[in-house]
Amino acid sequence: MPPPPGAWPKSLWLDFLRKATPEASQLSNRTFGSAPAPTVSKLEDRSDFNDEIINEPLKHSDFFNVKELFSVTSLFNARVHLGHKAGCRHRFMEPYIFGNRLGQDIIDLEQTAAHLQLALNFMAHVAYRKGIILFVSRNRQFTHLIENTARDCGEYAHTRYFKGGLFTNASLLFGPGVRLPDLIIFLHTLNNIFEPHVAVRDAAKMNIPTVGIVDTNCNPCLITYPIPGNDDSPPSVHLFCSLFQTTITRAKEKRRRVETLYRLQGLQAAKSQGGGCSTLSNRDGIP
Amino acid sequence: MAAPCVFCGPAIASRFFLGGRVTLAQGQGIWKPAAAELQAGTRSQILRLKHLTVVKTKKNVAASRPEKYTVDFIKKQIEEFNIGKRHLANMMGEDPETFTQEDIDRAIVYLFPSGLFEKQARPSMKHPDYIFPKQSAIQWGEDGRPFHFLFYTGKQSYYSLMHEAYGKFLDAEKRQNQLQAKDLQMEKTKTKDPIVSRWLIKEELEGMLAEKLSDRDYTRFIQLVERFSTLQCGAAEEEFLRRFRRSVTIQSKKQLTERLQYDEQGRAFSTSEGKRKSAKAEVVVYEHGNGKIKVNGVDHLLYFPVTQDREQLMFPFHFLDRLGKHDVNCTVSGGGRSAQAGAIRLATARALCSFVTEDEVEWMRQAGLLTTDPRVRERKKPGQEGARRKFTWKKR
Repeated sequence: MPPPPGAWPKSLWLDFLRKATPEASQLSNRTFGSAPAPTVSKLEDRSDFNDEIINEPLKHSDFFNVKELFSVTSLFNARVHLGHKAGCRHRFMEPYIFGNRLGQDIIDLEQTAAHLQLALNFMAHVAYRKGIILFVSRNRQFTHLIENTARDCGEYAHTRYFKGGLFTNASLLFGPGVRLPDLIIFLHTLNNIFEPHVAVRDAAKMNIPTVGIVDTNCNPCLITYPIPGNDDSPPSVHLFCSLFQTTITRAKEKRRRVETLYRLQGLQAAKSQGGGCSTLSNRDGIP
Repeated sequence: MAAPCVFCGPAIASRFFLGGRVTLAQGQGIWKPAAAELQAGTRSQILRLKHLTVVKTKKNVAASRPEKYTVDFIKKQIEEFNIGKRHLANMMGEDPETFTQEDIDRAIVYLFPSGLFEKQARPSMKHPDYIFPKQSAIQWGEDGRPFHFLFYTGKQSYYSLMHEAYGKFLDAEKRQNQLQAKDLQMEKTKTKDPIVSRWLIKEELEGMLAEKLSDRDYTRFIQLVERFSTLQCGAAEEEFLRRFRRSVTIQSKKQLTERLQYDEQGRAFSTSEGKRKSAKAEVVVYEHGNGKIKVNGVDHLLYFPVTQDREQLMFPFHFLDRLGKHDVNCTVSGGGRSAQAGAIRLATARALCSFVTEDEVEWMRQAGLLTTDPRVRERKKPGQEGARRKFTWKKR
């Protein structure tokens, strides 16, 4: 019979009510009943596995085998080597230019292949470690394609008007606990007025690594993994989008497989050790 | 502990929100409704809700940002509201199951009569959804990854809507091109909608997306959706576009056309009234006539010596090209000469509606012949010489 109001002190009253609710009582039994020892060992195992999972790919140069996704021929067929006219050339792109034909700059595909392999490898590692990848572009012709690519990968895209302070003032714009992207991929480094996109500079300010397709009129300075290539022709952009999508999905799939593998191994190990720890787990007599 | 400041009252007292805005400073402990006890299984008979009003001196904090309401908080508020609603129904002696919002409003007005002029300052009890502004919940999961793929743009719902609309538009275009290539193009049957519809306005779109938009964003959206609607699209696309259309209620400007009456000779006539300032006129217009107008038993030429007034009388007939075809007999009182002329003009125009087609009625309405002039004499104010004229300003 519950006591009349005012007869009991408030703390006891609340305790009584808490125990009166069925859910709370179940919870209390569970929390105070289980043994601490096996959970501690589980946590330790998990952190070990995590370290192993993360460090394993770093021991190989091309863990995700990104080299097989493209070749110089496929890049050539996708017209990646076509740059702008000689007048539009950026000074810092001169090392990447193979030559000039009839006024049009031709990008050196050997260098492109090397840079592309580095960039795809880095991208795959970031995706493997569950990083946030943001696709940025300001070319309206390919907005839809890039947003679709990002959505299919399970990553993020920003092909719209870039609000100032998005990265540098993120906690004000989004909320206190927002997580910034861990990698930014530029399909087009320039914005609609042929100036470098603000996100290039902002990413450098916020120490966010960037991968970017730099055309002959772009500035490759602030981009961590530049990929010299054509960013204006549809076949070229389609090829790059498909390459990025494939690498990211591959890396994520790999991560999932590795995690399931370790989890199964962990379960097996626990089962084999389970016979030894049975006395500890039944300390309170509650299974 | 001795019960401090026990307010032994029904549960509804905690549901009061004076005014539209609420800052339920829960964190500062001003209201501490013991609602937790209420919701713990043991209910109504035992617990007449105790409110512990712990008065704390509020520190002079600089304008804090509007606090975010968590999902749990809103849920709790909704539960409390529902419980309060039931208590109120019991108090009013009505069935708690069928107690609607109108009943709640009536009950509150009965229990707490207020003479305040400002409607929003009166006590009210509304569902928390109307009181707490709709806020977007936390947009990312435990690991920090945002849920929506366009989160980093800032306006995720707007841009995802644009993305979706553009995708559908491309599909429709592709399909149309395919049909065109096969020469199977169906004729675009543009069915004239009996109910006219319009695109959403910016405020409605903002409400739909729960996001602030700029004018440019809105214009872009409308342009895209316009282009989309010009294409020939299937049922799914029509459904998609219909979400952004609202029906326009055609103002039934049904001019009440008086019925034609027939006198002894069989001549048709119609009567109507008109007002202007303080003049009232009642007019009878006969169908076949010479154009004679009699005002208060006197010919209009004698009654209105001023040309301007006579022109006012002529205007409706002149507009409809029926200058010498009708006879008019009218009585007018009140006002001055110009007001009486205006009143008669309105009355004749209204009477003529019954002799004339609907289009011509619409033209008359657009010409302003059928609208009562709302201008009346403005009162004189104290401290001024007239309604607007101030006393002569003297420098010293």
